[in-house]
Amino acid sequence: MRRAEIRRNWLLATPALILLLAAASGPLLIAVVYSVLEPGDYSGVVWKLSGEGWFRVLFNRDIFDDTVSLADAHLTIFWRSASLSLMTTFFTLLLGFPTAYFIATRPLRQRMLWLFLVTIPFWTNLLIRTFAIMEVIRNEGIANSTLMALGLIDAPIQMLYTDASVLAGMVYVYLPLMVLPLYASLDRLDFRLVEAAYDLYASRIAVLRRVIIPLVKPGIVAGSILVFIPSLGAYVTPRVLGGGKNMMISNLIELQFGEGRNWPLGAALSITLLAFVMVALIFYVRNMAGEQRNG
Amino acid sequence: MAEGTHRRFSVRRMPGFTSIAMLTFAMLYGPIVILVIYAFNAGESVALWEGFSLRWFVTAWDNTQVQEATFRSLIVAGAASLTATVLATMAALGTTRTRPYPGSLVIYALINQPLMVPEIVTAVALLIVFAMIKIATGYSGLIFLIAAHAAFCVPFAYLPIRARLEGMNLDYETAAADLYAPPWQVFRRVTLPLMAPGIVAGAMLAFVISLDDVVITEFVKSAGQDTLPTYMLGQLRRMVTPEVNAISTALLGVTVVLLTAFFVLNRQRR
Repeated sequence: MRRAEIRRNWLLATPALILLLAAASGPLLIAVVYSVLEPGDYSGVVWKLSGEGWFRVLFNRDIFDDTVSLADAHLTIFWRSASLSLMTTFFTLLLGFPTAYFIATRPLRQRMLWLFLVTIPFWTNLLIRTFAIMEVIRNEGIANSTLMALGLIDAPIQMLYTDASVLAGMVYVYLPLMVLPLYASLDRLDFRLVEAAYDLYASRIAVLRRVIIPLVKPGIVAGSILVFIPSLGAYVTPRVLGGGKNMMISNLIELQFGEGRNWPLGAALSITLLAFVMVALIFYVRNMAGEQRNG
Repeated sequence: MAEGTHRRFSVRRMPGFTSIAMLTFAMLYGPIVILVIYAFNAGESVALWEGFSLRWFVTAWDNTQVQEATFRSLIVAGAASLTATVLATMAALGTTRTRPYPGSLVIYALINQPLMVPEIVTAVALLIVFAMIKIATGYSGLIFLIAAHAAFCVPFAYLPIRARLEGMNLDYETAAADLYAPPWQVFRRVTLPLMAPGIVAGAMLAFVISLDDVVITEFVKSAGQDTLPTYMLGQLRRMVTPEVNAISTALLGVTVVLLTAFFVLNRQRR
């Protein structure tokens, strides 16, 4: 390629790169630097090297006698983030797979309409959707009033501000992220293979387990990763539906930049979260690359 | 039993899947429908229906905080999506219809970086950097919000533009150049009109993404710089009146209109 063309391409990309370096990638590097500094008294940092920020991710130091103990509160939050994200992935798969299958087996002209119906919630403000769930499950909400009208319960059940409400909210908001890639895979499924399996006397369960699921595995992995990653970093849903006490990693990070007044710890926690997301992404990319080789 | 055996066996059918799909769609739309219905409630409650009324839309419309937040949201989304679209268009021109060149992968990775990093991480990193700049310069205007939004909007504007460009071959441009059109005119009269649908789609996506952002805005904004979503987030902590439903319904309307337009534009393309 001509040198001039390479230069032209770089020049065209430069303004975008400058903006991204200034307001996306560059700040991440500065956050890494902040994670190894000392916290300031009220906010910010003191420019002195310290491993305390990273140390405090997992451990507590007693303020009186400097004894070291595991930071139970942090571990609880990590555990909650991981388990809620896995459960969100599981439930979105449980609901999303049959939904995507249903859409993929509609006549061609209907498919676009069903897909559009999945896309609308996908593009609807996450806060609005979280708020919609909140209205349904609050004490005076329709879920409780229906149960009470049916005589199943006498008094409202506290559903809001529990781990279950955070889970329900995340399943709700991330469901389209599961359906769309699953559909993309199922859409390309060759039903002649399914028919062949039935001809060989396979049961429906066997067809599903031995033929369909292996064939659409890339879609299942893609959907699971696409749900798992934002779940792990979810901020709005646990904040609104968890009500402050059912924190996830994001809320813990926010705390360090607010009341916690420990920016280095906050930065260290952010980088930890980023590292986990990167591992999940690498897994995803390798899965996709592997599929392309095989397919 | 008899009926079941008479029905033609379908290889596509999976028992129960249709019911689960219907349940999913009911789940997806039920809460949103309830939210919209209560926006029209005459009473004070978001749970007790007291008749139809537009009072909460009027209340929201007259609320100066809502007005300011809406205005700010539109300014930020407008400026950010415009910036992002211009930069993304240039970047797309520099990264498509060309063989891989030294650094092209780096450019691609940097452009898509905001899609891969959790929002909270970007938000915190921006808080750190912008706090430094705000203290150093004493300036804390909207530029910070606009820059932050423009940055995370770049990949959303870039992807449709790139997709559009990749579907265009170089024949028309070559023909124009053969007819002695100078490069700028080739771009202005041939390339730009051909890639216009991609640019419009990218700009709309960027606009919606910016308008919807909560997390990054929450961390980057200075005091008194609420956008509509952060204003709503603040309201959720207090007694919720149908006013929030009314604002949500209006935002929902904007999203649905833009999305429908986006789909129609995309369909015409094919």
